Amino acid sequence: MSATTNTLRFILNDEEVALTELRATETLLDYLRLSKRLRGSKEGCAEGDCGACTVLVGRLKGGELRYESINACIAFMGSLHGTHVVTIEHLSAANGPLHPVQQAMVDFHGSQCGFCTPGIVMSLYGLWMEEPRPGVAAIEKALQGNLCRCTGYSPIVRAGQAISSYGAAEADPLVAERAAMKAKLAALHDGRTVEIGEGTDRLIVPATVDDLAEIYAANPGATLVSGATDVGLWVTKFMRDIGPVITIGHLQELHSIAETEGALVLGAGVTYTEASGAIARHFPQLSELWDRIGGAQVRNAGTIGANIANGSPIGDTPPPLIVLGASITLRRGNERREVKLKDFFIAYGKQDRQPGEFVESVTIPYLPAGELLACYKITKRKDEDISALCGAFRVFVNDDGKVGMARIAFGGMAATPKRAKAVEEALLGQPWSAATIEAALPAFGVDFQPISDMRASKEYRLLAAQNLLRRFHLETVGEGQRLVRAVA
Amino acid sequence: MNKLDVVSTSGRLHESTPHDSAAKQVAGRAEYVDDLTEPEGTLHAYLGLSTKAHAEIASLDLSAVRAAAGVVGVLTAEDIPGVNDVSSVHKHDEPLLAERVVKYWGQPLFAVIGVTREAARRASRLAKIDYRELQHATDVAAALNAGGALVTEPLKLERGDVAAGLAASEHRAKGTVTIGGQEHFYLESQVALAIPGEDDEVTIQASTQHPTEIQVMTAQVLGVPHNAITVNMRRMGGGFGGKETQGNLFAAVVALAAKKYGRAVKIRPDRDDDFSITGKRHDFVVSYDVGYNGDGKIQAVAATFAARSGFSADLSGPVTDRALFHADNAYWYPAVRVESLPLFTNTPSNTAFRGFGGPQGVIAAERWIEHIAYALGKDPLDIRKANFYGTDSNNVTPYHQVVEDNIIHRVVDELERGSEYQRRRAEIVAFNKTSRILRKGIALTPVKFGISFTATWHNQAGALVHVYRDGSIHLSHGGTEMGQGLHIKVAQVVAEAFGVPLDRVKIYASNTGKVPNTSATAASSGTDLNGMAALNACEQIKARMEANAAKACGVDAKDVHWEFGGIRAGQQFVPFADLANSCWMNRVQLSATGFYSTPKIHWDRASGRGHPFYYFAYGAAASEVTIDTLTGEYQIDRIDALEDVGRSLNPAIDVGQVEGGIIQGAGWLTTEELVWDDKGQLRTHAPSTYKIPLASDVPPIFNVRLAEWSINKEPAIGRSKAVGEPPLCLAVSVVEALSMAVASVADYRIAPHLDMPVTPERVLMGVERMREGGL
Repeated sequence: MSATTNTLRFILNDEEVALTELRATETLLDYLRLSKRLRGSKEGCAEGDCGACTVLVGRLKGGELRYESINACIAFMGSLHGTHVVTIEHLSAANGPLHPVQQAMVDFHGSQCGFCTPGIVMSLYGLWMEEPRPGVAAIEKALQGNLCRCTGYSPIVRAGQAISSYGAAEADPLVAERAAMKAKLAALHDGRTVEIGEGTDRLIVPATVDDLAEIYAANPGATLVSGATDVGLWVTKFMRDIGPVITIGHLQELHSIAETEGALVLGAGVTYTEASGAIARHFPQLSELWDRIGGAQVRNAGTIGANIANGSPIGDTPPPLIVLGASITLRRGNERREVKLKDFFIAYGKQDRQPGEFVESVTIPYLPAGELLACYKITKRKDEDISALCGAFRVFVNDDGKVGMARIAFGGMAATPKRAKAVEEALLGQPWSAATIEAALPAFGVDFQPISDMRASKEYRLLAAQNLLRRFHLETVGEGQRLVRAVA
Repeated sequence: MNKLDVVSTSGRLHESTPHDSAAKQVAGRAEYVDDLTEPEGTLHAYLGLSTKAHAEIASLDLSAVRAAAGVVGVLTAEDIPGVNDVSSVHKHDEPLLAERVVKYWGQPLFAVIGVTREAARRASRLAKIDYRELQHATDVAAALNAGGALVTEPLKLERGDVAAGLAASEHRAKGTVTIGGQEHFYLESQVALAIPGEDDEVTIQASTQHPTEIQVMTAQVLGVPHNAITVNMRRMGGGFGGKETQGNLFAAVVALAAKKYGRAVKIRPDRDDDFSITGKRHDFVVSYDVGYNGDGKIQAVAATFAARSGFSADLSGPVTDRALFHADNAYWYPAVRVESLPLFTNTPSNTAFRGFGGPQGVIAAERWIEHIAYALGKDPLDIRKANFYGTDSNNVTPYHQVVEDNIIHRVVDELERGSEYQRRRAEIVAFNKTSRILRKGIALTPVKFGISFTATWHNQAGALVHVYRDGSIHLSHGGTEMGQGLHIKVAQVVAEAFGVPLDRVKIYASNTGKVPNTSATAASSGTDLNGMAALNACEQIKARMEANAAKACGVDAKDVHWEFGGIRAGQQFVPFADLANSCWMNRVQLSATGFYSTPKIHWDRASGRGHPFYYFAYGAAASEVTIDTLTGEYQIDRIDALEDVGRSLNPAIDVGQVEGGIIQGAGWLTTEELVWDDKGQLRTHAPSTYKIPLASDVPPIFNVRLAEWSINKEPAIGRSKAVGEPPLCLAVSVVEALSMAVASVADYRIAPHLDMPVTPERVLMGVERMREGGL
């Protein structure tokens, strides 16, 4: 066990913060607004969907300091240990000139009521530091997690393209002073486990994964919090008492991305953003889905490991991971076991995870050459929406033109992410043809009895699921036609 | 003649100027109510809500609530010293805190007062409530089944012999269309802070479009005269109609608590609770029977507009009225009868929302136009043009007002050419012939929108202008700023009037102590009314300053002229600040209240006749979409819009209103779906489930232009026109473009029955029906 400390440390704008008293589930936004009286960051939804509370968080990643946008409303304070938190107040002094991002927003009339504006400025700021001359597509992607109800976004997108004409990103303090900030943050990581509070209001920030394993095994009633993009809502919306809280998002060992010979192995703490490069290299068929998971703030915080561990029937990653034959490594203390993902989801809200056991890594075997793969997410709104249904398809067609292997899985069609075994059965051994597809469609009714809810009716879910199989087939025979957004 | 008809550029009227708060907003330094520094010891209120859609309260046990940590007290209806009602239309059907019966899921029953918001919020869930459930009806069909009780008196507009017109028509278009509601989703939720004063006084900081109504309702609840309550309102984080009446409840609760506990009290509901408690845009089911001839000309219209009004009247009367007022859109009906049914439902009380029923009227008109066009095998645009109001004849509305300023022909012609509608439509028809999975559609729809409150007495405004001795100017008026740019426009009017740079004018919060008895900032009227009131105040001060200048310089009054930066009196130029100081030295009053009431308008609701609108604003939009016939997913590829704002006071602000209005309207009609479950609970109560547009929903090609040639025929402020609501109606073109894409599946033989919002699901189901040859 590492030594412990009772102090949570991070840097807030220019100030070093050391906290020894803290509620385990205190959110960053409440801390900023209520304790620090920094009220530029706004609460619009308290569930990480509107982006009015967007701040940047700088973290050391593999020796580099990266600033990423997150939603302060669902970020627990414990997750900020050893980071640099940058809020809207940091961009310009009260009587000084505006920051280039801010001046562009003024000149292009990017604010009306102004309530979403600080969050939008922060999202654009984060983008501009990485990409000083972004195109429309990059701006739209950076703003997937920011709602504006007034402007219709056009002036904001115009402002986003013009920022560099107001100043150089290289000259921005967060860029220019990065080396100094790296040193400061490195000093905050002193190898000690942070423990604050007692009983169910205890916050634990373990120093290493081994510490995590030991602490969690001893406190199986604790809640593990990674990006808090879902658990945050348990607190902000349902006011559940989830303590003791163990934060794990900062554990570097859980952020490993290993592109091994046979599989991509992701540490459970790898965020969607961190994984996106490796996913694009090995599973380009999943890139569109990847970019439609939440908004940027959610992808910067949320992890694949937690998406699985959470067991939601509408999680976006399980369907493709199931068809790819992914497995997870579960760890309890020093014991580890491997579980196929398809076997992990037992029933609604029930997974094959024992008390004190946590997901340590996810192993995704590469797609063998010649196999066909696709994944489709269907939502009411294209971006930052939860799936009405999400279908993943994997097929191998033998040399004789017949289906040698078929794996199909859906989210949103049942109480868990689920394989379409009857459909697979109907395809196996048949010619990979339109006639086979049509003949297999009734099998969807065997596999799935979806429900009607606010996202879609059961009739639509079933019909759209069937049509996705049609789409998959059409695309594999070169007749695919998809909506394409024509922006630069 | 309005003096501002003669324009100089000194005060920057008619020029693009950034929003007055822009620099503060981008820096996070613009203060909203929840950002204000709280008085020491401020308490926090949280509402306890009904978890049944309709029930008697058998028992309400609040002991656990009171006993919870951090709770100071709990308020119920019994704690109200005045009247337990916040009905904006004085129907006494909207209790502040429900007693005995709850009429919708989410209705406030009690208020917890705690030392922190968190403590009050947690405690609010600890009540033990025994309900005796009653039958509930949450939508139009269920309300009609339950007997069709109304929340307020319906309206009928009638002109000509409808029965004869229908009978004589060559064809009939009959159908129904369902138009969904819309949550305002102002980014800043409802919020209010009340600070108790001495005697019966309370000062309230509220996010409201209607400070006077907050004052009136709070006084009623507390049982004190209006002069005891002062409401201050600097800015809202969005309103869109949702803060016209819906803030009453929140302000009254904290005022009540502030007086009871002698401490400041703040309330800010969580987003989910805001969704559940407050009213939204009215859903409608419109049933129509339209007679038309082979040339596409409409002969007679009979239609009923049934609306989900919610549990109380609120503004459902005027909203459903305005739906009828816009059931003609830009079209002349030789004979017409339209009727409203403002139905009682067990849902939050639906309320004002940008357009105020007007957009629903416009949609109904456009749906029957489409119905006719597909039946006759014509481009719907041809049918639209065939039915436009005339300029000298065929120009009487269903409410017997003559359309005197019709420019729809020019607007539509210009947009049709500018958007290359005809070429693109031909290309789309050709594309659809060969495209198997993707289909496209294009539609150009017009809008004519009536400007004025139909309740004539609301068309008044006041302003207060001070000139200080250093020449700086203080401006207060009765309007409220919710992002729409009202304050900057009125400041431009004042700067222009005095011939001073804009930065000499400081805009102050709307305050019931400075400008009393105001109207809601609503009905797109904010600039028309308050700009004129401010100008009136300026003119009074200017006249005094002119007289002073003449006297001080010893010249004749006719030799005194305003110039930029001051006044020229004979040969002498007196800078504005010197002039102000001179007035003070000579004991000339440098402060004035201004007032304005809109001329020309009148309306007799009982007879359905009058001249309710001062003028009309016009516009048109052409939308192009692509749909995926496998999943129903779609995208808006392009929108071209042309909006008539008369002579724009601030083109950048106006373009922002048009762009934002179209996207907000497009969201309403496509992805924003309100879903109540069978228990009567709203299931789409947060952005995770209720989907307003994102940046990536905006069409990649989005051309918005103002009709720069247009000048308001009426002497409205600077000859401008209202801009808040009309552009929202332009989004109807998105629906009709989707309709064309769906219709292509059956070779355009049938007008698709598309209910709104047109979600991907509705598109796919529409495609399926086309494939099956049905509607």
